[in-house]
Amino acid sequence: MRLELKKRPEHSRAMAIASPLIAIALTVIFGAILFAVLGYDPAKALYSYFIEPLTEAWSLEELASKATPLVLIAVGLSVAFLSNTWNIGAEGQYTMGAIFGSIIPVYFWQWDSWMVLPAMMVMGMIGGALYASIPAFLKTRFGTNEILTSLMLVYVAGFLLDWLVRGPWRDPGGYNFPETRDFSEAAILPPMIGNGAMHWGAVFAVVAVIVVAFLLGGTLKGFEVKVLGQAERAGAFAGFSRKKMVYFGFLLSGAFSGLAGIATVSGTVQQLQPSISPGYGFTAIIVAFLGRLNPVGILIAGLMLALTYLGGESAQVTMGISDKVVRVFQGMLLFFVLACDTLILYRVSIVSGRGKGARPQDPVENLVPAEEAV
Amino acid sequence: MSDAGPTRTPSGAGDDAGAELLVARAITKRFGDLLANDHIDFAIRAGEIHALLGENGAGKSTLVKILYGALEPNEGQILWDGRPVTIASPAAARALGIGMVFQHFSLFEALTVAENIALALNDAPAMKDLSERIETVSRDYGLPLNPASRVADLSVGQRQRIEIVRCLLQQPRLIIMDEPTSVLTPQESDGLFKTLERLALEGCAILYISHRLEEVKRLCRAATILRHGKVVGSCDPRKETAGSLASMMVGADVKQVKADGTPATGPVRLALNDLTMPAESPFAVPPKHVGLAVRGGEVVAIAGIAGNGQSELFDAISGETIARQADAVEIDGKPSGRMGITQRRRAGAAFVPEERLGHGAVPGLALADNILLTRHSTGDGLVNLTMLARGAARAMEQRIKGAFDVRMSRDNPEARSLSGGNLQKFVMGRELDRSPGVLVVNQPTWGVDAGAAALIRQSLIDLARAGSAVLVISQDLDEIFEIADRIAVISRGQLSPAEPASDMTRERIGLLMGGAGETNGDGSGDAVSAAGEKIDAA
Amino acid sequence: MTMFEAILLTVITASTPLLLAAIGELVVERSGVLNLGVEGMMVMGAVMGFAGAQWTGNPYVGIVTAVLAGMAMALIFAFVTQTLVANQVASGLALTLLGLGLSGMLGEAFVGQPGIKLPALDIPGISDIPFIGPVFFGQDLLVYLSFALVIAVTWFLFVSRTGLKLRAIGDNHVSAHALGIPVVRYRYLAILFGGACSGLAGAYLSLAYTPQWVENMTAGRGWIALALVVFGSWRPWRVVVGAYLFGAVWISQLHLQALGSGIPSQFLSSLPYLATIVVLVLISSNRRLSLINTPAALGKPFVPER
Repeated sequence: MRLELKKRPEHSRAMAIASPLIAIALTVIFGAILFAVLGYDPAKALYSYFIEPLTEAWSLEELASKATPLVLIAVGLSVAFLSNTWNIGAEGQYTMGAIFGSIIPVYFWQWDSWMVLPAMMVMGMIGGALYASIPAFLKTRFGTNEILTSLMLVYVAGFLLDWLVRGPWRDPGGYNFPETRDFSEAAILPPMIGNGAMHWGAVFAVVAVIVVAFLLGGTLKGFEVKVLGQAERAGAFAGFSRKKMVYFGFLLSGAFSGLAGIATVSGTVQQLQPSISPGYGFTAIIVAFLGRLNPVGILIAGLMLALTYLGGESAQVTMGISDKVVRVFQGMLLFFVLACDTLILYRVSIVSGRGKGARPQDPVENLVPAEEAV
Repeated sequence: MSDAGPTRTPSGAGDDAGAELLVARAITKRFGDLLANDHIDFAIRAGEIHALLGENGAGKSTLVKILYGALEPNEGQILWDGRPVTIASPAAARALGIGMVFQHFSLFEALTVAENIALALNDAPAMKDLSERIETVSRDYGLPLNPASRVADLSVGQRQRIEIVRCLLQQPRLIIMDEPTSVLTPQESDGLFKTLERLALEGCAILYISHRLEEVKRLCRAATILRHGKVVGSCDPRKETAGSLASMMVGADVKQVKADGTPATGPVRLALNDLTMPAESPFAVPPKHVGLAVRGGEVVAIAGIAGNGQSELFDAISGETIARQADAVEIDGKPSGRMGITQRRRAGAAFVPEERLGHGAVPGLALADNILLTRHSTGDGLVNLTMLARGAARAMEQRIKGAFDVRMSRDNPEARSLSGGNLQKFVMGRELDRSPGVLVVNQPTWGVDAGAAALIRQSLIDLARAGSAVLVISQDLDEIFEIADRIAVISRGQLSPAEPASDMTRERIGLLMGGAGETNGDGSGDAVSAAGEKIDAA
Repeated sequence: MTMFEAILLTVITASTPLLLAAIGELVVERSGVLNLGVEGMMVMGAVMGFAGAQWTGNPYVGIVTAVLAGMAMALIFAFVTQTLVANQVASGLALTLLGLGLSGMLGEAFVGQPGIKLPALDIPGISDIPFIGPVFFGQDLLVYLSFALVIAVTWFLFVSRTGLKLRAIGDNHVSAHALGIPVVRYRYLAILFGGACSGLAGAYLSLAYTPQWVENMTAGRGWIALALVVFGSWRPWRVVVGAYLFGAVWISQLHLQALGSGIPSQFLSSLPYLATIVVLVLISSNRRLSLINTPAALGKPFVPER
């Protein structure tokens, strides 16, 4: 028995919507199996993962605050991925955004003005974008693989943050703890409702979704992103510059990641610490794919992935399930998303045995696209 | 090639053809609703050079793939030496003694000649022995090859030799050749014919697929003609005229497109002045000192063998690669060498590249979006203040669809769902719709059916007669003689002066293709020396 | 033992996991597949290797469980990218994320437990030779195995007929398929081999380099191994050079930290990652070289049409 793929003449719109849903369903099923294997009641475990966090107002706010960085980063990454630019280093750009944005509350902590927050956010975006410009420069100037360089820079950013909070930026009155001084009132993104966890960063995320939806849906730049992402040669023929697009993709996603970093530090952590992210920059990659690189899809997917973080916490509290299971869930989800995306371009059928007609394909007709793709 | 094997008079070949080697009975192959082969009967004898004629899409490739085991027929029977056989795979075909030389070589560029051949043999000997055998066989048949060369470094002609030698090493009794001369100069083709005639004399059957009627008349003793998947006739091509063969292939007299031959006197609308480009990659053949002027009202064609720098020249003219000097490319007298492709379009030029999918069109985008690809900034109202005007693009798509008879399964489909001919009509229509002052086309009818090809060629001539300058890059000499007022030849990035089509002959073009027109001998040019040898020999 | 000997020994231990993972990925990429999930397979090898050794008390069993874990991860990747033709870049990332998550979950019970160290295999007589003995012949099984693998892979790729077919697939899978070479089957096997090697690399970390389990203990070595394949331009012996170069960088920054050079430790810790970037830039800036050596089908999807 084996699977056989037949290319559809055009991509299936129905499957484009159905595929993420199938992927989520498969993740839940396999999740239940996983819990059963670990010795937990699957129904109870799934309930505490996916339902319990949605039952109380405060946890809905937590959901929004965790979804904020995920959506911000993922929506930027979607532009890069659509243009076939592989920025894998969002986690590092997030960290750099947090560091740049924190310059103001660390060095000018006495400055009390309404301008502090906007300045911090802008600095965060600049930090993320500058850091993202390194792999973009190396890619355009030397042709260096951006996947590896952007990823290596994640480690470097982590070490830089570690050095800052243990060294020059350490809180002088903080009993040698590795952290900066607490941010002043003026440097904290205020909660949107009362004293809740949801801060104004959530608005940035929604605005980012709207801006990118508009960019991709109706502008020439968005058209350029799609053309260069799908067929580079055709993009050059249209007069679009690949190099500028690499910069565009990296700078945009870097700026959004940087904003996510400073917004989370300012709104949630409220100081710099060695660890300011539970892997948002990587989880956002899953969000981008689960949302099918579509801004609205990403908004929904961001909430979904934020739910896994919250569900992990709640399952740990109520059932004693390790919070490490969250990342297993997330990894599984991405695999299922990628696997289900096959349905969009191909019809999949199960063939029994070594069916007849399993012949080598036509060498003549298929050689041409293969050469052209080089 | 001095030590080529014994020479006998080729005219004797095939007349004493032996028993029927391969017989195909009622071969039928369906692809969905399409009947690619419809009860085909066919036979080839030992020692016979047998032509398989037909248009693109007539079912030649399907039949050949069935004979070579690459496709399975839905119905029908194959007899080999009078016994029914099932050819389940190319390996099974090779085991029977059937070899094939593909039109587009299935070679591995990163591997050596010997490694490539070893891969294709069912039971290859040790590398060292194999290399020796390759040298022996290639020398014997006048196909010199170095077994240790990397394929990436070889010319197209040399690559074809690998395919042929690889076939010969298996001592085949039937060799199938798919359009073998489409990549060769006329002189190289002569060399190939000598090899084939010698093989036939040794008793090998050769199934020869071509649409070049003159060479079929010269080489083949029998022919089977296919049309729409059916056998519509068989004949002795030596007793036919090219015209009678053509009408059998097409089924009716083809509407002849003909340039009227009056010299154009309009202004120069496209000029290339000493256009020289750097190599973009190790395998590129960039233009070298190319000079050309195309006047309004004329069609100028650039002939050449594939891989001699056609696409690099196209990219340099279109602005996908930018020249060092502004005056290297002039569009309507305006120095454009430093401009990008969008500015050159604004200057009134339009371009149609060779590759339709992936270069001229984005496979996964709808046709209306593909219109935007070349016309987003040409003042057609498709983009207003960076916002896309999708409605206008849809209207334009409808207009082009009507004017150029583009057939599609549904409204505004993705480009990849169109057939080759329909997509080419769309891509041509997209540019012609602008009535450009300068049109540059690379391979306008490559892989396009005869009806669409005639439509495209006629529209090129019409555009020129309306006062535009049309430059056509083509590897199809028939097409070039059909539409061109003047002809130039590209060889390893150099362009011969354009001469009136009436003064050009196939022989002269062949010599120029072989490098006779090149001015400087940088490097040990294989093409030049090969052509030189041929001239000396002739 | 002299200081120099000691340093040389630690360089070997730092280089071996890189070499093991890189030589496996080299075979995968030669077949035209880009598996970015090395880090995930490696970290799974590390945790399962540790587990296997703990359960049985035998580090060699740990090696076997690590190999199986790496191959199991590779099998997921192979199914998704070869059978379902999913994007290889994204699938590789997914494999890394899944591996890091799964290993964190599985390894929770092992955190802080003392590990079992893989013993050195002394070769009597030779191991006692001063300097040469301990450095070259006092190593554990996996160090020897890493070199045996390099020799075997070199022979396989450049001498054996099967290796020739593998290289052909990596150059042009359409032509290879036309010749009747089972492209997908070869790639499955290559990916599984890559998984086994990554598993070995992980086992080396948790059984020999630092015999314990720490979450994320691969620390980006899987990614560096990917860079080494590029650095070695897909040739086994150049990958050996690269692996030892990086092992040396890794060790020298550790020694500098220990010596208290005054440079903040975080900057020294960044060195291997920065060195990776520098090396990648140097290699890629030679366009001609990288174009000629890169397997032409690398990362391209292949669907056999029937």
